[in-house]
Amino acid sequence: MRIGVDVGGTNTDAVLLAGKDVLGAVKRPTSGDVSTGISDAIGALISECNIRPDEITAVMIGTTHFTNAFIQRRELVPVYVIRIGFPAARGIPPFASWPEDLKATICGGSAMVPGGFEFDGREISALDEAAISEAISEARKKGIKQIAVSCIFSQLNPDHEDRAAAMIGKKAPEIEVSLSSELGRVGLLERENAAIMNASLRPLAAKITAAFKHALQDQGITAPFYISQNDGTLMSADYMQRYPVMTFAAGPTNSIRGAAWLTGAEDAIVVDIGGTTSDVGVLKDGFPRQSTVHVDVGGVRTNFRMPDILSIGLGGGSLVCEDGDKVTVGPDSVGYRLLSEGLIFGGDTLTASDIAVAGGQISFGEPDRVAGLSPELVSKACKSIRESIDDAVDRMKTMPGDIPMILVGGGSVIVSETPQGVSEMLHPEHAGVANAIGAAIGQVSGEVDRIYNIAGPKERTAALADAEAQAKAHAISAGAQSDSIKIVNIEAVPLQYLPGGATRVVCRAVGDLAMAE
Amino acid sequence: MVSAITLDNIEHLAIGSSFLGTGGGGDPYLGSLLCREAIAEYGPVPVISVDELKDEDNIFIAAAMGAPTVMIEKLFSIEDQHRAVATLERFLGREASAIISAEIGGCNSMMPVAYSAMRGLPIVDGDGMGRAFPALQMTSFNIEGVACAPLTIADEHGNSVLYQTTTGLKAEELARPVAAAMGASVCMSCYPMTGAEARRATIPKTLSGAIAIGEAIADSSDPRRPLARLVAALRGHEYYNDAAVVFEGKITALERDTSNGWVLGNCSISAMAGTETAELKFQNENLLVTVDGRLRCVVPDLVTIVDVETAHAIPTERLAYGQRVAVVVCSAPPLLTTARALDVVGPKSFGLDEQYIPVNELIKDLI
Repeated sequence: MRIGVDVGGTNTDAVLLAGKDVLGAVKRPTSGDVSTGISDAIGALISECNIRPDEITAVMIGTTHFTNAFIQRRELVPVYVIRIGFPAARGIPPFASWPEDLKATICGGSAMVPGGFEFDGREISALDEAAISEAISEARKKGIKQIAVSCIFSQLNPDHEDRAAAMIGKKAPEIEVSLSSELGRVGLLERENAAIMNASLRPLAAKITAAFKHALQDQGITAPFYISQNDGTLMSADYMQRYPVMTFAAGPTNSIRGAAWLTGAEDAIVVDIGGTTSDVGVLKDGFPRQSTVHVDVGGVRTNFRMPDILSIGLGGGSLVCEDGDKVTVGPDSVGYRLLSEGLIFGGDTLTASDIAVAGGQISFGEPDRVAGLSPELVSKACKSIRESIDDAVDRMKTMPGDIPMILVGGGSVIVSETPQGVSEMLHPEHAGVANAIGAAIGQVSGEVDRIYNIAGPKERTAALADAEAQAKAHAISAGAQSDSIKIVNIEAVPLQYLPGGATRVVCRAVGDLAMAE
Repeated sequence: MVSAITLDNIEHLAIGSSFLGTGGGGDPYLGSLLCREAIAEYGPVPVISVDELKDEDNIFIAAAMGAPTVMIEKLFSIEDQHRAVATLERFLGREASAIISAEIGGCNSMMPVAYSAMRGLPIVDGDGMGRAFPALQMTSFNIEGVACAPLTIADEHGNSVLYQTTTGLKAEELARPVAAAMGASVCMSCYPMTGAEARRATIPKTLSGAIAIGEAIADSSDPRRPLARLVAALRGHEYYNDAAVVFEGKITALERDTSNGWVLGNCSISAMAGTETAELKFQNENLLVTVDGRLRCVVPDLVTIVDVETAHAIPTERLAYGQRVAVVVCSAPPLLTTARALDVVGPKSFGLDEQYIPVNELIKDLI
């Protein structure tokens, strides 16, 4: 049996899964220390399902804590950056693109040192160890405890970053190191930004890891725990402590994956309706479709593996407004105050949930309180809701033709009709905790993103085989059971404007977590 | 006309040059960071009009050459740009008195600004394309008889190479493999001109035009829709002025094929209500648009797909099914539509069967 936990900004959800069955689900408020909320939720789950803590084989936790901390600039520490690649790239130094407030909090200095690689694997310069020594001394002198290391084409060859990390470990063991090669893909600035963000979150990561451990101990659980990454796969607690930035965007990913698991769908649109907003994502071959554009997090440009999500201002608490003949629903919302301000809950604000009850789609709260609403208003509001969803679904489709849709989230009651372009609307049981389920079913992955020189079909086959083998090896080292690994994505894209067959190959392998079940 | 490029209008230049990129030309993002660094260090860059150039002035181009995927790893440095220009200056025995952009559309609008800042030289309000084109010979400089070579490229290590070739095409052919050996992301200078030549062969007012376009798109204090502001800005320009939104709708089909460094393809856009459709053809840049089979604009006139809400240009590689877009067309600079120019940048140079018809005739009903 495994437990999935979703630590959100407002609620902490926990579910218990055995094979293909959901044995129980609970919701508790998230606590300021994180730990108490998790402990409460798991405690309630264990007693509700009447099981013993030692029957649990693993706990999977998804959290938005680090994303929120970064966006709200909470508990971030200064970071020193060593960029390897000089004399290339020197025109745009580290932090050049950062918002001023964040830079003031995080920038602890930087050095650009000789080293790095060309696209074809040649060294730009030999790694300058003396320059790295000097940078380490400078960081130490400033009392900085976090160093981010980036290097040109390090996702192709991490050697120079690894050597710098080893030197830091030797010379300044008190300093923690974040490597760009562990975090991103092609795009030096974005990869470097990810390493800096990660470094700034490391002390918080240590605290949160301890909070998770504490919560599980509290409930007498000795099984290992894992954390959801932004692509829906899992990492170990140790890895999260080193790479907290990999949890960014795990929330929407988990809800899409949870929706897939609850319905068995492999390809579908997933609409997750909350109190204020709805997230619309796409499930492709069982995984969320990834965003291809740059994603700004807290004003910093990154190129993480993020799900492609369209957020719209429509939720269970959305305000219904009449403006002459027109009726609009959202984007303003009463949010979590729905339970006190919505008409059906005794308040005096007309919300999307009131419309759902008035329209007879569902009955909860005090339906009498909306019985007097004009049928015309109700029908116009329903139409507005339907049009918003129709539009969002249509925007996220990549091909003409109808596609199944899965409806999840606490606010999903406001949708009753199958939107246009949807072949079948699925609204599974436990849709309200799809997020925690997504965490519980997490697999482990490995990825490669590098450039091969492909002169002919023979080299092409060899390059793709090599990429697959490397991705599989990465998945195994991340904890995957080797016979369960599948290649879920492999792309070979020739580089523009370059002779000689230089081709970027991206390959991702995913497998089940190796554990005693 | 703006008198200087500053930290306040560099973003407008980036947005406007993306529009003039007509789907290609590369992302100006990295270049705008480079400009920010350079302007912060060296101060604003004075802008000089083409008319102000004296016969004996020496005008030099600053540009990047290489693979976009590599550029986002190796970034750029203005010192390397300097080496490309300095090599050319030494060879010619003349020193630059102003810097100019070869291509205002896309990322090559940026490096010249950063480099001018470093040199303390003015930047010319003009360029060689007035938009973006995929090849080095597709410039007004070439059309007006200025030689592309001598051409120089420089890497980050202090290596530079000078090409003396018979044609611009040859210079590009010979430079590409060396650029790859240098790491596939190099700085370049070519088409060196005197002030007299530049006055004759430059497409004027494109730098200030790009800034005005970018400012119009970004100006949130103006209550009109961004799309309306964009069209108004184009109509206020000296020669982008035959401008209109020829279609609004949703992308419903997209064919894109990347081969030999080109992104070739078609894009279909369907009206949100009604049955009209628009068809676009592109080769890195957008080449033509038809609405229900009726030709509305063809290269060298400009066709740009913009986000219908924000009016920001969407580059060819970011087009996707379902996007809500508007197709904005406008007239090309007069230097690109002469009979001589159409041999170099007209529909035929892109393998199109269509004849060039000026956009003001094709959109008469819309302006």
